[in-house]
Amino acid sequence: MIPGPFSYHRPVTLADAVKLLSTLGDDARPLAGGHSLVPMMKLRLATPEHLVDLHGIDALKGIRRDGTRIVIGAMTTQHDLLASDEIARSLPILHETALLIADPQVRYRGTIGGNVANGDPGNDMPALMMTLGASYRLEGPGGARDLPASDFYQGAYFTALEPGEILTSISVPAAAAGHGYAYEKLKRKIGDYATAAAAVVLTMAGGKVATCTIGLTNLNETPLLATDAAKIVIGTSLDEATLKKAAAAAEAIMSPASDARGPAEYRKHVGGIMVTRALTRAAARAS
Amino acid sequence: MNDMTPTREQREAKLEGMGCKRKRVEDIRFTQGKGNYVDDVKLPGMLHGDFVRSPHAHARVKSINSEEALKVPGVLAVITAETLKTVNLAWMPTLAGDVQMVLADGKVLFQNQEVAFVVATDRYAADDGINKVVVEYEALPVLVDPFKAMDADAPVLREDLAGKTTGAHGPRKHHNHVFEWTVGDKDLTDAAFKKADVTIKEMISYHRTHPSPLETCQCVCSFDKIKGELTIWGTFQAPHVIRTVVALIAKIPEHKIHVIAPDIGGGFGNKVGAYPGYICAAVASIVTGKPVKWVEDRIENLTATSFARDYHMTTEIAATKEGKVTGLRVHVLADHGAFDACADPSKWPAGFFNIVTGSYDFPTAHLAVDGIYTNKAPGGVAYRCSFRVTEAAYCIERGMDILAQKLGMDPAELRLKNFIKPEQFPYHSALGWEYDSGDYHTAMRKMMESVDYAGLRKEQAEKRAAFKRGETREIMGLGVSFFTEIVGAGPSKNCDILGIAMFDSCEIRMHPTGAGIARVGSKSQGQGHETTWAQIIATEIGIPSDDIMIEEGNTDTAPYGLGTYGSRSTPVAGAAIAMAARKIKAKAQMIAAYKLEVHEGDLEWDIDGFRVKGLPEKTMSMKDICWAAYNSVPPGMEPGLEAVSYYDPPNMTYPFGAYICVMNIDVDTGVYKVRRFYALDDCGTRINPMIIEGQVHGGLTEAFAIAMGQEIRYDDEGNVVTGSFMDFFMPTAVETPHWETDFTVTPSPHHPIGAKGVGESPNVGGVPAFSNAVNDAFSFLGSTHIQMPHDYWRNWKAAKNLGVFA
Repeated sequence: MIPGPFSYHRPVTLADAVKLLSTLGDDARPLAGGHSLVPMMKLRLATPEHLVDLHGIDALKGIRRDGTRIVIGAMTTQHDLLASDEIARSLPILHETALLIADPQVRYRGTIGGNVANGDPGNDMPALMMTLGASYRLEGPGGARDLPASDFYQGAYFTALEPGEILTSISVPAAAAGHGYAYEKLKRKIGDYATAAAAVVLTMAGGKVATCTIGLTNLNETPLLATDAAKIVIGTSLDEATLKKAAAAAEAIMSPASDARGPAEYRKHVGGIMVTRALTRAAARAS
Repeated sequence: MNDMTPTREQREAKLEGMGCKRKRVEDIRFTQGKGNYVDDVKLPGMLHGDFVRSPHAHARVKSINSEEALKVPGVLAVITAETLKTVNLAWMPTLAGDVQMVLADGKVLFQNQEVAFVVATDRYAADDGINKVVVEYEALPVLVDPFKAMDADAPVLREDLAGKTTGAHGPRKHHNHVFEWTVGDKDLTDAAFKKADVTIKEMISYHRTHPSPLETCQCVCSFDKIKGELTIWGTFQAPHVIRTVVALIAKIPEHKIHVIAPDIGGGFGNKVGAYPGYICAAVASIVTGKPVKWVEDRIENLTATSFARDYHMTTEIAATKEGKVTGLRVHVLADHGAFDACADPSKWPAGFFNIVTGSYDFPTAHLAVDGIYTNKAPGGVAYRCSFRVTEAAYCIERGMDILAQKLGMDPAELRLKNFIKPEQFPYHSALGWEYDSGDYHTAMRKMMESVDYAGLRKEQAEKRAAFKRGETREIMGLGVSFFTEIVGAGPSKNCDILGIAMFDSCEIRMHPTGAGIARVGSKSQGQGHETTWAQIIATEIGIPSDDIMIEEGNTDTAPYGLGTYGSRSTPVAGAAIAMAARKIKAKAQMIAAYKLEVHEGDLEWDIDGFRVKGLPEKTMSMKDICWAAYNSVPPGMEPGLEAVSYYDPPNMTYPFGAYICVMNIDVDTGVYKVRRFYALDDCGTRINPMIIEGQVHGGLTEAFAIAMGQEIRYDDEGNVVTGSFMDFFMPTAVETPHWETDFTVTPSPHHPIGAKGVGESPNVGGVPAFSNAVNDAFSFLGSTHIQMPHDYWRNWKAAKNLGVFA
């Protein structure tokens, strides 16, 4: 549990950080909250020679409204999200999900940028960002680009980030007025990753589902959008048969690992239940 | 009488003696971060050692190359088995009569086994060095499943035992066999089964788990070459035993070994035995001439340092059709891992598992335990229980529920029908114990009334009907557990560790001003001895507990004791304290008689001093007697006021309790909710009710963890898959249920203050309550027994196997 030797850098501008990362190449890793990277370093499963700490860059922090979108700096902590009136008002599901991440100590330190950029299938925010139609701003030696969250994840810990690039902010469209939402997460205990989790954002019209997006956490090596399941529920009043069909459609795209949380068969089964429960709870919240 | 004279109640209250909810004095430093733990010991020039560990569960070690490691800046030495052989320490004896490799000698037998010890100027350099040691392994077939250990073609694990047909506990039947231990009357028991109206048979497993104290095992060893003295600060539950073990194996005279156990952050049995880290740190200090610190991390603690349980118990009960038990037959397959490193009293290879007849009047019983070797970490320690009592309690309490189910009887009613009756105490059990005292019926009925047992059963019946009608997906279980513990090891006639009788000791020294110090052979790891021991003395000699300082853990100053585990401190050390206090009081009485110019027999004790019978105004307080002890003792009497007592208990003590768990389980997800947990404990005389409540809360939380998910699990290759707190279930306050505690008081007739010990009862009684709740919930769907741990996915699996999703 003792990390190997490394050099520590703390740039104060984004340009310096990008420069450091592109110059140092594969031997360097950016450091945000450190909740994934530091334990890996303590086990010497990760042995970066350089750590580029992003905490000194003020431009990476904060939550602001930009027209119909909410822009969140990558170094904004889960605690900051929970303390934000803007988030509570415009993206209540983000508030609900942040509360289900680990415990207060972790949330004081853990950042939304680290959560989405690491490509860890166990993290909660990636599937939620896909559900909300968020996009990520990536800045690197070649300049800045915006990428939809749904195009970002390529495999466990593999993402669209190019060498030297940093995920600097997340832009999320404010949810529609009167929308319903729910993040259902089954976990063994506080601090654990999801055995299975589902995010649902929907709108209702005349007692029927008008629009619906469903995201799935930790049920595949990347976060998933359960598109077929969402299609199944649109136009229905979420009767029991529809819920069953939607859960089955969602389960069809899941391929979780068997681990101490349970065999894959169990995780898929409860993944379907999380979808059902999230749909039901979201619908009840919609107006 | 003037108004300032304190009333009897005020004088009594001022003592804060037995029965008082005195706040824990040690918490003043603990809550301010001012404790002094082993890792706080920092000595000038101190070095740090850490282990190269095996990635394989079973492999031959072809070579160890330290060349590159020794080039790492700060690395001073790499110790291997070859180094240790030069001082004859490559292997060490275990408390169970086996031997254990200190460092891999030719092969490794479990994953994370210690292979080499790297010594460096700091912890970082040590770990850098570890990464540069090159070990060449040749993988060997791995034995994980205990049920395959004694197959004819099972891999040979212990090559060092080749040709040894007899072990420390008798004949060995197979190359992977450790011992067979049998107790009871086989013929009589077989006959009872032949005659029985009803029998049950079930293989009940108690899975491998781990005590996992928050502070891991650690030590600092400092060898003074000039004086030839070795000082060891360590996380030791039994520091005096460690000193003797070191003297025996390191051949250093015992008076030149100083063992100091400072504050300890939890032990739960994990810190009783001796580990390779202690030996290596001591050898490293002798070799380098500098102090050497060894601190294991969480993964090392969980994967290499003593596990607990791993008992597979084939349980049979014979009964009449009316539900009267007539015989018990148990066979245990005990998985000891690679070495038998159980920390039991020496003559007891399966601890006190023969308490397995529990609280019931079995006319006959027979028990056989087969210990076997597998490619897993050694251990088998008593995780917050007296030796193997938790396993025994789980076995019989699960067995009684299974019998109740077969008879169609209520499990509480079956227990009431078979309890040992109050008039049968002292009770001689079929497997050889003499239970000191008990009133089981009263405790059980109090529990049933407190929770409205009948009402809960009614609610359960309604819920079951609703489930069958498809109106709910929740099932409800009631887990009844009635346990009898056997603690306070133990009488010298049957308990020793390496030949040392399991007494305990206390030395009290009263100072002239009426304050004093008591040194005790036990060693608190969080139990609150500094608080409770003073309370016993306060009541016995009438000096406020605040004026008594308690000291433990330094073998140079404390009298020899066998330490703290197996709930033995109150039954044994607590008795020694009371007896030493009574010696003080006896001398005090002589001094008081002399000063008051009366005959000793004319004095009577009155709360905090003596008074002359019939002349209540003629008194002498204990405080004044202390002063007199140093200036005007009777002619011929030695001055001073101190006493020592070494207490050899005449018998064990037998605490008991009635627990119930009310649980709901969602069959779709397997998620459970503990709705209610009620624990009634009878630990005899209660010294500090607040501390008892705290102990019960802690033990129940561990029981909850164990029953509902906490396990050390291996894959087929012998890799530990639960090596961190992510996967090894350590509940937080959020998961932990609310505990309701209650009590009855049945004092021990043979203990000086009637106390029985309580620290481990909640772990012993709690586990069957949780497991019985889960099993009771599923029983109406046709299940008889579901193995622990009952985590979410296994509950779902159980539901699935019972056709709930068909």
